[in-house]
Amino acid sequence: MTTWQRGREARDARIQAGARLAKGKVVDARDATRLMEAVVRPGDRVCLEGDNQKQADLLCAALLAVDPAKVRDLHMVQSGVVLPEHLDLFDRGVAKKLDYAYSGPQSARIAKMLFGGKIELGAVHTYLELFARYFIDLTPNVALIAAVSADRDGNLYTGPNTEDTPTVVEATAFKNGVVIAQVNEIVDKVPRVDIPGDRVHFVVEADKPFFVEPLFTRDPAAITESQILTGMLAIKGIYAPYGVRRLNHGIGFNTAAIELLLPTYGEKLGLRGKVASHFALNPHPALIPAIESGWVEQIHCFGSEVGMDEYIRARSDVFFTGSDGSLRSNRAFCQTAGLYACDMFIGSTLQIDIQGNSSTVTTSRIAGFGGAPNMGSDARGRRHPSEPWLQAGREADPEGSTLLRRGRKLVVQIGETFGEKNVPLFVERLDALELAERLNLELAPVMIYGDDVTHIVTEEGIANLLLCRDAREREQAIRGVAGYTDVGRGRDAKMVQDLRERGAIRRPEDIGINPLDADRSMLAARSIKDLVHWSGGLYAPPSRFRNW
Amino acid sequence: MEDLNFRHATRQRAAGTRKLAVIGVVASGNLEVLAERVLPDSECLVEIRTAAAGFGEVWDAVIADFVKGYSPGGLRFSINDGGARPDTVSLRLAQAARLMEEDDQ
Repeated sequence: MTTWQRGREARDARIQAGARLAKGKVVDARDATRLMEAVVRPGDRVCLEGDNQKQADLLCAALLAVDPAKVRDLHMVQSGVVLPEHLDLFDRGVAKKLDYAYSGPQSARIAKMLFGGKIELGAVHTYLELFARYFIDLTPNVALIAAVSADRDGNLYTGPNTEDTPTVVEATAFKNGVVIAQVNEIVDKVPRVDIPGDRVHFVVEADKPFFVEPLFTRDPAAITESQILTGMLAIKGIYAPYGVRRLNHGIGFNTAAIELLLPTYGEKLGLRGKVASHFALNPHPALIPAIESGWVEQIHCFGSEVGMDEYIRARSDVFFTGSDGSLRSNRAFCQTAGLYACDMFIGSTLQIDIQGNSSTVTTSRIAGFGGAPNMGSDARGRRHPSEPWLQAGREADPEGSTLLRRGRKLVVQIGETFGEKNVPLFVERLDALELAERLNLELAPVMIYGDDVTHIVTEEGIANLLLCRDAREREQAIRGVAGYTDVGRGRDAKMVQDLRERGAIRRPEDIGINPLDADRSMLAARSIKDLVHWSGGLYAPPSRFRNW
Repeated sequence: MEDLNFRHATRQRAAGTRKLAVIGVVASGNLEVLAERVLPDSECLVEIRTAAAGFGEVWDAVIADFVKGYSPGGLRFSINDGGARPDTVSLRLAQAARLMEEDDQ
């Protein structure tokens, strides 16, 4: 007779094995490794919650300590490879295969381990792409997640950093998987239920709160005049003419400069209410002055940011908050919002080639993609019109039929022509290609494909790629804003001049900006302390950003 | 350390009467520019002392564009460079040229 319940029976057996260590659902932290050995089977697909920010660090340590004779060859399917222990799992043979999205702080070591054959790589994904695969062919057998608190029934309160948790739990709990949560404390009643208890099988109380990285705090004191100039160019040359109200900002210093220029320079240009009012964005501290000045109507967040909790709680007109008053974030929904409901993505990158392809991969570092490719791509499934989207579509295809012409998402790369240590932003060939060849990858890790990029902003000006009609024009438009890099000095001066006359390249003076006006006095806040003042004392920056 | 000198003929003399100006700081990724009105009106000299060797070609291009854009005739610029990026160099030179356009008090 055919059985159709094997998955459920297997899950019940795992839970039964784990239940021997539990009181109800609660397992003592000292038994966490034994719990792993009871529940996890060799070859399992495991999602060890490593998000962009919060980390299930206790469960990670517990998994690392298992006897590899009992638990081995795991296939890790997690969005963030962030902690050193995430990679130690592969060194110990507990894990074997990896599918992931982002590896920021571990980017150098992960590259080394891939070259050394320590990790069998599935693929490097974007967040949405990996989440999608959780429901099709990468469904976890076991999810190890992190929350702020739990009650004895397993109801979880994730706090402001909800991030990936609902998505991971949905895929695991409803497809015969086991969900284990580490929590900072067990309480009688959680402040709000972010994850219902019937989706959670075991709860471990950690002796210290889960680790959260303040990834989105940019100190205004470190913003340079060139970054201010690029910000002024973007505001006057792109935000204003397209009337971009719905957008996502990257996390670099150029976009932090823009956030701090809105209440000063943007105000002077009369743009309040006309641009930058609706965001898919983490709660960037640099956005506080714009919020306080009445620029921002609404922000949906991927995650939270360390120190922003009380400020967010007091500004629920702007942020999404729960019945308890604190932020509710959700990475999958916010990524979807960035993909479908925003008219612009603007962010920085490490390398741009002469076709406009960009990558944050260099030969010795594989940082992964995170969310930028979702935000920084044209959503082919989009159907609702908006003025910026339609205008970009018109520029790309002026002869097309009005009623049949697709609009275009504005995808803007912004940066100075030279980065840290005088490394050029523009290259003839991406390092990602060399890496793909060395690792025998079928696809080079490109962050944003050139055909999705609409504008490139540097201190030298704005290249509008929508107005370029062929590959040669695109190349010269890119060279024409590439400054004194080899790519920039390799320009065809005559073609660049022609492109400038057509508006496909615009210099600061072409839009009435004097580079000498790009001064730090234009920033609404010039230090972290200024941001605290703007917030009325509600923003509590982490100690590493305090110098007073 | 590397020393570089670039001498250019200029279209016209730098406006203003100011004799001397200093801008910027010697720090990593930054530079200090001293501008002095000490040359004939049709000449401009840029003397560079830089911590980052091997960027002569880029300096050449940056200085040539600066002289073309501002025609700072009569000015000598002495640069003490801490490995600044070209965009910062262009900005500091432009700032120095603007200061020299002021009238001497």
